[in-house]
Amino acid sequence: MATSIQNISLSGKKKQVSHKEMTFWERLYLVAIIKGLLITIKHFFRRKATIHYPEQVREFSPVYRGKHTLKRDEQGRENCTACGLCALTCPAEAITMKAAERKPGEEHLYREEKYAEIYEINMLRCIFCGLCEEACPKDAIYMTISKELVPAQYDREDFIYGKDKLVMPLEVAMANTKNLN
Amino acid sequence: MSTVLLIFYILSAFTLATAFLTIYSKNPIHSAIYLVLCMVSIMGHYLLFNAQFLALVQLIVYAGAIMVLFLFTIMLMNLNKEDEVHKPRMTRYAAVIIFILLCGVLTYVFVDTKPIMGEYDVTGQDFQSIKVLGKVLLNEYMVPFEFVSILLLTAMLGVVLLSKKEKSTR
Amino acid sequence: MDSALIIEKSIFIVVIFAVTMLMAMYSTWAERKVAAFLQDRVGPNRAGWGGLLQPLADGLKLFAKEEFEPNTPNKFLFFVGPGVAMATALITSAVIPWGDKLEIFGRTVILQATDIDVSLLYIFGVISVGVYGIMIGGWASNNKFSLMGAVRAASQMVSYEVAMGLSIIALLMMSGSLSLRAITEQQHGMDWNVFYQPVGFLIFLICAFAETNRTPFDLAECESELIGGYHTEYSSMKMGFYLFAEYANMFISSTILAVLYFGGYNYPGMDWVGIHWGTNIATLIGIAVLFVKICAFIFFYMWVRWTIPRFRYDQLMNLGWKILIPLSIINIMITGICILAFK
Repeated sequence: MATSIQNISLSGKKKQVSHKEMTFWERLYLVAIIKGLLITIKHFFRRKATIHYPEQVREFSPVYRGKHTLKRDEQGRENCTACGLCALTCPAEAITMKAAERKPGEEHLYREEKYAEIYEINMLRCIFCGLCEEACPKDAIYMTISKELVPAQYDREDFIYGKDKLVMPLEVAMANTKNLN
Repeated sequence: MSTVLLIFYILSAFTLATAFLTIYSKNPIHSAIYLVLCMVSIMGHYLLFNAQFLALVQLIVYAGAIMVLFLFTIMLMNLNKEDEVHKPRMTRYAAVIIFILLCGVLTYVFVDTKPIMGEYDVTGQDFQSIKVLGKVLLNEYMVPFEFVSILLLTAMLGVVLLSKKEKSTR
Repeated sequence: MDSALIIEKSIFIVVIFAVTMLMAMYSTWAERKVAAFLQDRVGPNRAGWGGLLQPLADGLKLFAKEEFEPNTPNKFLFFVGPGVAMATALITSAVIPWGDKLEIFGRTVILQATDIDVSLLYIFGVISVGVYGIMIGGWASNNKFSLMGAVRAASQMVSYEVAMGLSIIALLMMSGSLSLRAITEQQHGMDWNVFYQPVGFLIFLICAFAETNRTPFDLAECESELIGGYHTEYSSMKMGFYLFAEYANMFISSTILAVLYFGGYNYPGMDWVGIHWGTNIATLIGIAVLFVKICAFIFFYMWVRWTIPRFRYDQLMNLGWKILIPLSIINIMITGICILAFK
């Protein structure tokens, strides 16, 4: 009997439904109402769960997929070589790019001979699945390191993020390098 | 013309107009609303007598309870123009004749009455205060008062019985 | 009647109106704040400090909104509905004693617009007429949901008025007067009616909830079944009037509760303050005490709203006719026996 399926409670919160007659006090409901009022008033003094968003930002989990970042290497050169694998793998077709050849004298800017002249992600199309991250052979695109959300805008055009918003700033790359050494 | 008389004339005109519109308007809801206004203006007449208690009871009982129930029922019935009953011509003529006869009787009565010129009894008591009213009702008019309450009780029991009976037969 | 009295009364009435409006306005803010706090949120906090300018922003929004009119054959009644609701909500405050006497410029100012002999009946009358605002508006909207709301409001109002009146009768048997000022003065010195009439108070409280159409009795406007009930078709400031009237009603009914059962402007040590600090200060503290009581009741209204779910319609009618009315009649009988036994 003790191990019958009716008595198993995985959550430990299982309660048997009883159909017993309510006593006079229970039928008055006054006690129940006062109990309910006490429960709600307890919440009145409890710490609020709200985070005042623009001023306070909730801490991100290490695997949180936020705004994309095009990474630079230790010397501050862009990793991306405009192979197009991220655009190919993107299920929402949010990524477009245009490749260009590296000119002599630009070695400090781009790591490979080919780089992305235009790299755009439409944030309205992006579903933040992270497949671009997985597809990238050059460790160029990351969603976890920006620790940022894509903010709301008034115009649709403003959601198309170009290289100016996506590429990791040079100072950050330099700071990363320092931390490595 | 004194202010009280002026107010009385305006109120009377309003009362008569709303009472007339109650019968005249085709939409039953409009009729009911005019009747509410009529009740409220009758409350104004009571206030002119300085009968506050009577005025407020008029407001609570007629405007506040009975007419709310009236409106409630009319709203539930959902009367449309198609549902209107066409009365035969004969009843219309009969109604007109009866109305004229009634008018004649009333005018005859009003013309024949003499204005009351007798003295009012001045007892020094404020008959508008509820205390005096209550004492008068429960001392001098005890028996009619109780009869009225029994009458109301009977009516109430009758209604309960009627509504119960219908249920048990089903 | 001297002209100074007229001026005094006019100023007083304007002040009462302004205070009622202000209280109604900030009740909307308080409602949102209390709701938020009871649900572990913070509520409106962007407009002004702690969201204190939120009512103004809401009002501005309502004024600026497009005024929508349904295709109804009763345009006039559609306008009259919110007006009646608002007017009846505001004129009740005329007979409420807001405080004792004040002495300004050598005049004794009684802090009450009018002290008629039948104040309590006046309040009842106005409340019973108040339902017309909802009924007319709901019917003139030419919408089934609005009509349902109107019909519900009417039947609910009529049912609960009976129990409310009967619960008051027990109180009147003790006080022997219908004047609110007399009732307040009888409760001087912590002699509050709630200690003598706890059951009557409870019945009156429940009926007050029902009469103001507040949760758990807000069947006239229950969102889950009737969209918005009687104000489904209303928009802009006409809608604002309905909402405003509800909050004004809440304020007035809290005031009546405080005056009838919780001693009105009376507070312990009133005589001591009157003797030592002057009557004016005693009166001012009395007004403040009355407002504290009112605010406590308003808070209670909101607290209950966010605790108890809405009644089903048959439960509402059962509670009104089968429980509250017999209970209040028993209360009257017990009160009568007690008065006979102890006096």
